[in-house]
Amino acid sequence: MSILKIKNLSKEYQDGTKALKNVSLEINKGEIFALLGPNGAGKTTLINIVCGLVNPSGGEALIGGFDIIKQYRQARSLVSLVPQEIQLDPFITVEQTLEFARGFFGKSKKPELTKEILSGLSLLDKKDNRVNQLSGGMKRRVLIAKALMNEPAVLFLDEPTAGVDVELRRDMWKFIAKIKKQGTTIILTTHYLEEAESMADRIGIIDKGELKMIENKDVLMKKMGKKQLLISLKNTLDNLPSELKKDYICLSDDKQSLIVNYGNDFEFDVADLMQTLKNNNIVISDIVIKQSSLEDIFIDLINE
Amino acid sequence: MNLIGFFTIYKKEMIRTFRVPLQTIFSPVITTALYFIVFGSAIGSRISISGGVSYAQFIVPGLIMMSLLSSSLSASSSGIYFPKFTGTIYELLSAPLSYLEITLGYTLAATSRAMIISVIIYIVSLFFTPVPIAHPLVAILFVFLTAFTFALFGFIIGLLSDTFEKLNIFPTFVITPLSFLGGVFYSVDMLPGIWHKISYINPIVYMINGLRWSFFESSTVSPLVSIGIISFFLLLCLLFLWRIFKTGYKIKT
Repeated sequence: MSILKIKNLSKEYQDGTKALKNVSLEINKGEIFALLGPNGAGKTTLINIVCGLVNPSGGEALIGGFDIIKQYRQARSLVSLVPQEIQLDPFITVEQTLEFARGFFGKSKKPELTKEILSGLSLLDKKDNRVNQLSGGMKRRVLIAKALMNEPAVLFLDEPTAGVDVELRRDMWKFIAKIKKQGTTIILTTHYLEEAESMADRIGIIDKGELKMIENKDVLMKKMGKKQLLISLKNTLDNLPSELKKDYICLSDDKQSLIVNYGNDFEFDVADLMQTLKNNNIVISDIVIKQSSLEDIFIDLINE
Repeated sequence: MNLIGFFTIYKKEMIRTFRVPLQTIFSPVITTALYFIVFGSAIGSRISISGGVSYAQFIVPGLIMMSLLSSSLSASSSGIYFPKFTGTIYELLSAPLSYLEITLGYTLAATSRAMIISVIIYIVSLFFTPVPIAHPLVAILFVFLTAFTFALFGFIIGLLSDTFEKLNIFPTFVITPLSFLGGVFYSVDMLPGIWHKISYINPIVYMINGLRWSFFESSTVSPLVSIGIISFFLLLCLLFLWRIFKTGYKIKT
C-alpha cells in the first residue's frame, strides 16, 4: 500500500533551471526508500516540494491520499523533515526546540514523548542546554529529534549523515532502523551509497531531474551487479592461449593476472577454466572474487 | 484552524522578547525617559500649548506612538527574518499552518510587545507629570490598531529582506524621520503654510493625533479620520501580504 504518490512532478526555477522533469514515484507504507543522485540531481527539490517548502511547476503529490497543495493541512500533518543543513534556533533550549516543533503541528505537549525521543538520541542530559552550546553531532541529533516530535507517518531525511563522524553515522543508522520498526516510512537522500546499501528496501536513482531507475535494492544489486574472478598468476603471461580467448576473459595490463567477467545473466564453468589453465601449464598463485557494490552500479548508471 | 500552532509561534516570539529585556523593553523606556527630561522638563517649561495641557503632557501620546511604531515594526520584521536567516523557516512552511496563522502569530506577538512597552512608557511618564487619559478605551484602540498595522508592515519588510542591511532601511530612513515629522514634539498646526499641508501626507500624523485626542479630547485631526487612515494602511498591508503569499515571492521559490 502506498503512502506517497508522486505524479509527473516538475520544477523549473526562476533562473530557468529545470530541477525536476516529470518525476513519478510511489512509496510504500513502512519501507525505507533511498533516493540517490549526484549534487544538483533534484533530490532536495523533490523533498522540498513534498514537504511544502517549494512550489511545484507541475504535477501532483499525495501523502496518505491527501493532496499536498489542496489538502495541505492533512498532508503535512503526516510528514516530517530532517533538512540537510543544521537549521536550528541557536538561542532556545533543546527541550524548547522539541516542544515548539510539536506545537507547530497543532499538537499539545506530550512530556513522555519528548523524554522518550531525547533519551533515544542520547540527548536527555542536554535538554536544558541552549542549542548553540551543542557540538555539531549533537545538533544533528536535535534535528532528528525535532522531526519525530509530531509522530510522523513519513519521515524525510535529506542527507542525514552528511559531515557526521563514522560512530555517529552508525548510531543514526541504528536509530533509523528502530523507527522503521515502529512503522514509520522513511525516505532518505544520501551521498553515502553504503548508507543506502545497508538500510534501504528500495532505491531510486535520480540524475538531472529525471528518475533513472526505481528498484528493490536486492533486485538492483542482482540485476546490475557484476562479478569478477581475479586469477593471479605465478608467472607473467604474454598472450592468452587460444582456448582462453573469450569475450569474458582478459589479461591484466601487467600480464600477471587473468580477469574473468561474469554476472547474474552469465555464468561459466569454473572447473572447465581450471582444467584449461592446467593443460596450458599456467600456475595460479591466488584467486579473488569481486562483486560490484552499489557504488559501482550507481556510477555505471550515471555515466550511461 | 491550527490554534496550537498559532499560539506556539506567539509564545516563541514572546519568549524571544523577554529573553533580551534590556534590548527589547528597557532600551525604548530609557530613550523615552531621556526625551522627557530634555524636552518635557528642560525645554518644555518654556513652551505653551493651548487647552490647559502642559508641554510635558502634550508629548506623552507622541512618545508612546513613536516607540510603539518602531518596536512593533522591528519585533515582527526581525521575528520573521531570523528564521529565514537561520533556515528554521522550514519548520513553519512544512507544518500544517496556514499563512494567516503564521502572520497572526508573529504580528500579534509584535503587537503585544509594543503595547507592553507603551504601558511602561506611560507609567514612566507619570513620574514626570500627571497624564490623565480622557478616553482609555479609545486610547487602547489606537494603540492596538497602530501597533498591529506596523507589525504587519514589519512582517512584510522581514519577508522581503534578504540582508540585515535591508531590514534596517525602512526603520532608519522612513519610520524615524516620519515619526519626528509626525508631530511628536509639536502640533502640526504650528508649522507654516506648505509644511503644514505636506504634514497631512504623513500617516503617522493621524496615529499620533488619534492617541492625543483620546488623552486630551483635542487634536488637530478628527479621531474618526485618524481611525479611517490607520485602517486604510492596515488593509493595504494585508493586501500586500496576501499578494506575497499567493505568489510565494521570496518564501517559496
